[in-house]
Amino acid sequence: MADPLDDYIKAAAAALDLPLEAEWHSAIAANFAVTLKLANLVAEFPLPDEAEPAPIFKA
Amino acid sequence: MSEDLAWATASDIARAVASGAASALDVVDDALARIEERNPTLNGFTAITSDRARAQARAIDAKPDKASLPLAGVPFAVKNLFDVAGLATVAGSKINRARAKATRDSPLIEKLEAAGAVLVGALNMGEYAYDFTGENVHDGPSRNPHDTSRMTGGSSGGSGGAVAGGMVPLALGSDTNGSIRVPSSFCGTFGLKPTYGRLSRARSFPFVASLDHLGPFARAARDLALSYDAMQGFDAEDGACVDRPLEPATPELARGIAGLRIAIAGGYFQKGAFPEALEALARVAQAVGAKDVVEIPEAARARAAAYVITATEGAALHLDRLRKQARDFDPAVRDRLLAAAMVPATLVDKAQNFRRWYRDEVLKLFARYDAILAPATPCTAPKIGQQTFVIDGVELPVRPNVGIYTQPISFIGLPVVAVPVPLAPLPIAVQIIAAPWREDVALRIAQALEQTGAVAAPRPDL
Repeated sequence: MADPLDDYIKAAAAALDLPLEAEWHSAIAANFAVTLKLANLVAEFPLPDEAEPAPIFKA
Repeated sequence: MSEDLAWATASDIARAVASGAASALDVVDDALARIEERNPTLNGFTAITSDRARAQARAIDAKPDKASLPLAGVPFAVKNLFDVAGLATVAGSKINRARAKATRDSPLIEKLEAAGAVLVGALNMGEYAYDFTGENVHDGPSRNPHDTSRMTGGSSGGSGGAVAGGMVPLALGSDTNGSIRVPSSFCGTFGLKPTYGRLSRARSFPFVASLDHLGPFARAARDLALSYDAMQGFDAEDGACVDRPLEPATPELARGIAGLRIAIAGGYFQKGAFPEALEALARVAQAVGAKDVVEIPEAARARAAAYVITATEGAALHLDRLRKQARDFDPAVRDRLLAAAMVPATLVDKAQNFRRWYRDEVLKLFARYDAILAPATPCTAPKIGQQTFVIDGVELPVRPNVGIYTQPISFIGLPVVAVPVPLAPLPIAVQIIAAPWREDVALRIAQALEQTGAVAAPRPDL
């Protein structure tokens, strides 16, 4: 069975017009998996709906 | 004379030039000769600005008011992501070599030169600053002066190596996730990452807008303070630069650490640290009498959030180049950025939301403490080319994981001084973390530690 991340990476590369050469695929997939794991570690932390993001913007 | 100058501090040089005991031109000629001799081994410099440096040195020698210049005749160099008039701002990349040459220096260079310092060149760095090793596939690795088979750390690797190797007493670097503090640790230098928004980043090549900081490397805490003071000041050209009054740190150094409440970061910041990192932390804690151990809450998640924001903001910055010139990137950088370009925005927003929560929680600690000590890196400098190391029983890739202790701190813009503990055979640094806008506190502690001998930039056998 194909890894769903592999399918995602191929589809995302096509949709976003990103180059994806065959020999890059495994390294990109590995990096994506690490980033997704860390992103989910953050996303699972409960925050109130009112928690606002922190980027600094000064009008 | 030459060997004395190789290890003289910026303040020693400035005093000698200001008093007329030495000429700026002699100091600069000496530095240029040393760079020529040592750079083929250390590979810290990617450009040497000899003509410009000698002209600036002559101008300083001719100044009637040179006694008032706090950095009179001090040679310095900058990571090659700073604009230097007449050079393309390559930022460690092949792609940027096609850029037009900069027509004006970065404001931090202008401010240092206004204080009497003399730019002698631009320094090697990891491609586009997405690096903790100091290796560069286009320019070759910068090499650690204490063991040239080892990494300098990155991404400001040339900055750490040039200062630790005695080529210059002062260098500038950038720190998005640890790129000043990591090379300071591996090379055994002092490094200052100021509060986010303190120093102008105008006319420097960016990486992650919401995390990028610029700051100095030196071999003495006082030199950090002198250069930092010279570089302060609001600059509307940098959208994140905050309009605050100048807050000079140098006059504060003499106050010492009496009355300062200093804690030690436990939990995440000690888990996985190699014995040498814990030994350095213990030595520094003992020297300042720090006993309380505090938990910086959710530091692992903070590091994760910094990782996600870095990857995705970096991918956004480079999106067009990824589409058109992917083959011209360092493959390791390209693969990370391409992966990051595919991360859903929902997860990035979650990381930004967490960032606010985390900042509020960490700032509560500064109601009880003036400073917190933490390791700068989990280990001393790995070998150049080393791909993995073992952290807390898990084999992990070196390149993204050297910064596990620095990332949760820069994530919320706190000021940090990295102080080098001269362990044998290799140095390693400790972070002195202060509350926002309190660089003075971290610098006071660094200076006091230096006076006790607990921290020092060790002189390499070159």
